[in-house]
Amino acid sequence: MKDIAQVIEETAVHLLKIAATKLPSDIKESLLKGEKETEGSLGKSQLQAINENVNLAETYSKPMCQDTGLVSFFVKIGDEFSLKSEVKTALIKATKKATQDVPLRPNAVDMFEGNTKNNVGIRDYVPWFYFDLIEGDKLEIIAMPKGGGSSNVGMLKMVPPGKGIKGVKEFVVEAVAAAGPLACPPYTVGVGIGGGEDMCMNLAKKALLRPLYQYHEDQKIAELEKELLEILNKLEIGAMGLGEGPSVIDVHMEFAARHPASLPVGVVISCWALRHAGATIDKEGNVEWHPH
Amino acid sequence: MEFHLTTPIPPEKLKEIKIGDIVYVTGTIVTARDEAHLKALELHKEGKNPPVDFEGIGLFHCGPVMKKNEAGEWIVVAAGPTTSARMEIFQDEFIKVFHPGIIIGKGGMGERTTKACREETCIYGYFTGGAALLAADRIKKVKDVFWFEELGMPECLWVYEVEDFGPLTITIDTHGGNLTEESKKNIQANKEKILEELK
Repeated sequence: MKDIAQVIEETAVHLLKIAATKLPSDIKESLLKGEKETEGSLGKSQLQAINENVNLAETYSKPMCQDTGLVSFFVKIGDEFSLKSEVKTALIKATKKATQDVPLRPNAVDMFEGNTKNNVGIRDYVPWFYFDLIEGDKLEIIAMPKGGGSSNVGMLKMVPPGKGIKGVKEFVVEAVAAAGPLACPPYTVGVGIGGGEDMCMNLAKKALLRPLYQYHEDQKIAELEKELLEILNKLEIGAMGLGEGPSVIDVHMEFAARHPASLPVGVVISCWALRHAGATIDKEGNVEWHPH
Repeated sequence: MEFHLTTPIPPEKLKEIKIGDIVYVTGTIVTARDEAHLKALELHKEGKNPPVDFEGIGLFHCGPVMKKNEAGEWIVVAAGPTTSARMEIFQDEFIKVFHPGIIIGKGGMGERTTKACREETCIYGYFTGGAALLAADRIKKVKDVFWFEELGMPECLWVYEVEDFGPLTITIDTHGGNLTEESKKNIQANKEKILEELK
């Protein structure tokens, strides 16, 4: 019988390594297409450098960006999966180990005690966990490190409900325009709507995990995603903000019910390096790696 | 135009360069982010010197991933630029006090830095954001490290010897030009138009 906690830890270390060193194939293809289709030399050279860098990372198994991000895990625990709180312990251990092994840059800074040097906060919360309880006997883990530069341009607005969907669109345009050249475009944009002021930000981040060009199953939302994608590219931010090439690769939205008095809108923006990697572990400890 | 510069870069050379030009740097560059800027300026206020002479060299907005090899020497794992905008609040003072030749970062910088670059003869070069391995490839040697214990790996001063470090797109020159600000103005104008037409 395998030591399940050990399997979780090893799997998570590997997921953090994949996420840091290898872009998901949909993102990679989209950036190559961007390079091919960009006409101006300033934009083309930026995309060329990005793609060359992505290849170097994959070839040498090295982090594609020095900012290996603040670590978060999206975790789904099945009813019959043997471990519960120990999952969290194993993922914290994995974060420390990956910091040494990959290596990841130590990015967890305590406001009073300084950098913890292992990507784990001394006051809990980092790495951040999104836990979900599901039926079945499996554990699903998605590791998602996110860089500071693109986190800094995330935005929340409590839109007056009377402004409706138009108000949502206006705010998304405002947020992406404000990000401008700051956060390593071309961007992928996640939008979370509804819930409370915290939930919309979580939903926006979760929206980034959906594969590119796979639009929402609700046709009304899918149309909105496509409309925003077209509109946001009219901003002409361009690759690395120099005005040439794609500004936004894709837009994904997630909706929750809202309070009658509120229309919370969260915008989470990813740099070109939208990094995540996932795996599913069954109760015997067999690991199935998600397509990457 | 393309320029290959060697540090310390003479001011006359810097004046030849204009926004949109491509630059490669050979010589010394030093990493410094928020805390290193603050600490260097604080030391200066106390009448002390930081451990590095920044005059004419490259100042790199970067918090690298470093590792020690088996011989115990530091090696660069990944070293791309960080967002320069965070340094806007004290970059002008830093330029006036320490006179670096070229500032290397990403995302561009604002009016204060542009003014200081014009008055003190300094330029700002844009390295492709996140292209950490391309950058690491051009770093030939880790010459020194300062403030590691106090500030930690991403914030401390790493002194690198580089060869043809680039390509750097110049977005601020010594003549008051700022390419990113031009792009930002365009983005703002586009935004206004989009919002007007929005249904």
